Amino acid sequence: MSNQRKRLTGEREDEDDEDAEGIGEWERAYVDDRSWEELQEDESGLLRPIDNSAIYHAQYRRRLRMLSAAAAGTRIQKGLIRYLYIVIDFSRAAAEMDFRPSRIAVMAKHIEAFIREFFDQNPLSQIGLVSIKNGVAHTLTDLGGSPETHIKALMGKLEALGDSSLQNALELVNEHLSQVPSYGHREVLILYSALCTCDPGDIMETIQKCKKSKLRCSVIGLSAEMFICKHLCQETGGLYSVAVDEVHLKDLLLEHAPPPPAIAEFAIANLIKMGFPQRAAEGSMAICSCHKEVKIGAGYMCPRCKARVCDLPTECTICGLTLVSSPHLARSYHHLFPIAPFDEVPAFSSLNDSRRTLGKSCFGCQQSLIGTGNKPGPCVTCRKCKHYFCLDCDIYIHESLHNCPGCESIHRPKSVSLMEE
Amino acid sequence: MPSVASKQYSDDVSLLVLLLDTNPLFWSNTSITFSQFLSHVLAFLNAVLGLNQLNQVVVIATGYSSCDYIYDSSLTSNHGNFESRGTGMPPLFASLLKKLEDFVTKDEELSREEGHEDRTPSCLLSGSLSMALCYIQRVFRSGHIHPQPRILCLQGSPDGPEQYVAVMNSIFSAQRLMVPIDSCYIGVQNSAFLQQASYITGGVHHTPKQLDGLFQYLTTIFATDLHSRGFVQLPKPIGVDFRASCFCHKKTIDMGYICSVCLSIFCEHHKKCSTCGSVFGQSKLDEASSVSDKKRKAPHT
Repeated sequence: MSNQRKRLTGEREDEDDEDAEGIGEWERAYVDDRSWEELQEDESGLLRPIDNSAIYHAQYRRRLRMLSAAAAGTRIQKGLIRYLYIVIDFSRAAAEMDFRPSRIAVMAKHIEAFIREFFDQNPLSQIGLVSIKNGVAHTLTDLGGSPETHIKALMGKLEALGDSSLQNALELVNEHLSQVPSYGHREVLILYSALCTCDPGDIMETIQKCKKSKLRCSVIGLSAEMFICKHLCQETGGLYSVAVDEVHLKDLLLEHAPPPPAIAEFAIANLIKMGFPQRAAEGSMAICSCHKEVKIGAGYMCPRCKARVCDLPTECTICGLTLVSSPHLARSYHHLFPIAPFDEVPAFSSLNDSRRTLGKSCFGCQQSLIGTGNKPGPCVTCRKCKHYFCLDCDIYIHESLHNCPGCESIHRPKSVSLMEE
Repeated sequence: MPSVASKQYSDDVSLLVLLLDTNPLFWSNTSITFSQFLSHVLAFLNAVLGLNQLNQVVVIATGYSSCDYIYDSSLTSNHGNFESRGTGMPPLFASLLKKLEDFVTKDEELSREEGHEDRTPSCLLSGSLSMALCYIQRVFRSGHIHPQPRILCLQGSPDGPEQYVAVMNSIFSAQRLMVPIDSCYIGVQNSAFLQQASYITGGVHHTPKQLDGLFQYLTTIFATDLHSRGFVQLPKPIGVDFRASCFCHKKTIDMGYICSVCLSIFCEHHKKCSTCGSVFGQSKLDEASSVSDKKRKAPHT
């Protein structure tokens, strides 16, 4: 990019509208917009624009197929109670500007979105933040369940200096996570921008130590693929991916938000004692144990020690009991009861009888499924209830709603009740 | 999925999705007949459509064995062709009544096919909530300019415990889309599902005491659009009970044990989880880890 700029400066030295950096007026318009990437050639060599919605849906179907192939009909156990450390590389490589406006700004923005999404999908889990600066790993925040604390600590210190050291970060995280209860799943997510690591000792030993303490390490690289990161992820059973641009980085990060498949030996199944506090009565006064101030009204009372806490989920500061409410547990139930992917119905298939009666419009949103020229457009169908859905409803149902409207609209006998409020 | 920033036409244009309970098991013994109830509801829908020219109303019927769309005010095929049925109803709603009648007949046929052994009195709330959310998601996709959607549940049937997971999934999805779920419960017992739905999504929950004044409750509480709710005094949520019930005895508990694998709730200590079959470690491990947690936390406070 800089070579290109120098060449153009040399060619257009007499231009009036050239600014100090050597970027012409016309070039500035294309700095963020790479519209030439949105064109494709078809078989005969003619240019045609990319159909975004079809590609988006095809990507989504591919991802779903990979996931369901892995699950293969059996219910895979997921690690629902996760203790995750996010390690952010703040070495001088993070100050590069190839991600706009800079790698640090993009990382911080996406990590904030990731933290919120993580607590949304895993309300019983905890996150901690670690940064690598000048070859030393620092703990930004300890393991905790409140997204605001982490985001505030992250946004407070956004500067890049020095070298990066993978071994120091792994040692620090290993030490913190060794104190975590045995039923929790220990994970590390490393956002690595540098192309090398300056370690005080043998990093292979550290990797073996991580493997022995059942720590699942995943790395997202921002520059290029590195052997040591790949080795680390392979040894510990994590995921290694390298981001090519800002949008891809966000997608890769958000892939780590839903709980990963759990390896059975990693966490011992255990009964965890938890409390379900009731809301304090309106107008009741108490000193809350989190802020040490007098509060009136809204708040919750720990059932064991009767201390007042402001927000759920949390751990009671006085007696250590985990306090949750039933919706927090319910947020994780869709991981345990996933819905089966819908089957694709090819476009322009013959209008058989069932398609003619049910397939005129999407069962969920009533959008017409008849495409151009009165022929049936692409749609999907549920295996169990045989209703037809449009492609957008398919994505919404599987990514956000986790209920098939057709299956829920059929009366089921009482014996299926597993959960009760 | 993040919701699209709603740059609507003006602040107070709303899309109201009404989930109407048509469960025959409930309507067979109530103080108000279904036709009287319908007259209140139709007058209310007329009022909502009259508040703003751009308001939209969609009605989904929640039956005993099925759910379906009954009315969509944005479809132009509703106007004209149907004659008034001679009951004094405006032609605007003639198609609604016809479709409702067809739906109730079909629903009754379907429920007769299932037999009479296990007649739970609940209606299919999770089905109609899911359909409403799919419709609202389609409205969000249609562009930057769209009305502000909200859902109103008019229900009298009691909660069906087998729908708990599906209803909670719908509630969380509505919360992420920032769509409030209002609920007007006209039945006898309290509905925990509807209370939780309104509390979590920021909607209004109300149980009218006198059903012959239903129209008054509907227009004063549920007709206000989302922007105007900041200026109007609406019924506040009274303490919603979020305690869980244990899986073994179904009683509400204050403190319990959670299986770390499948999150099932038990009131007493078990050796094995009855839902997922995992065998649990020693209880001494639990005590030891909670002690070390406390030790780790002390220096930070």
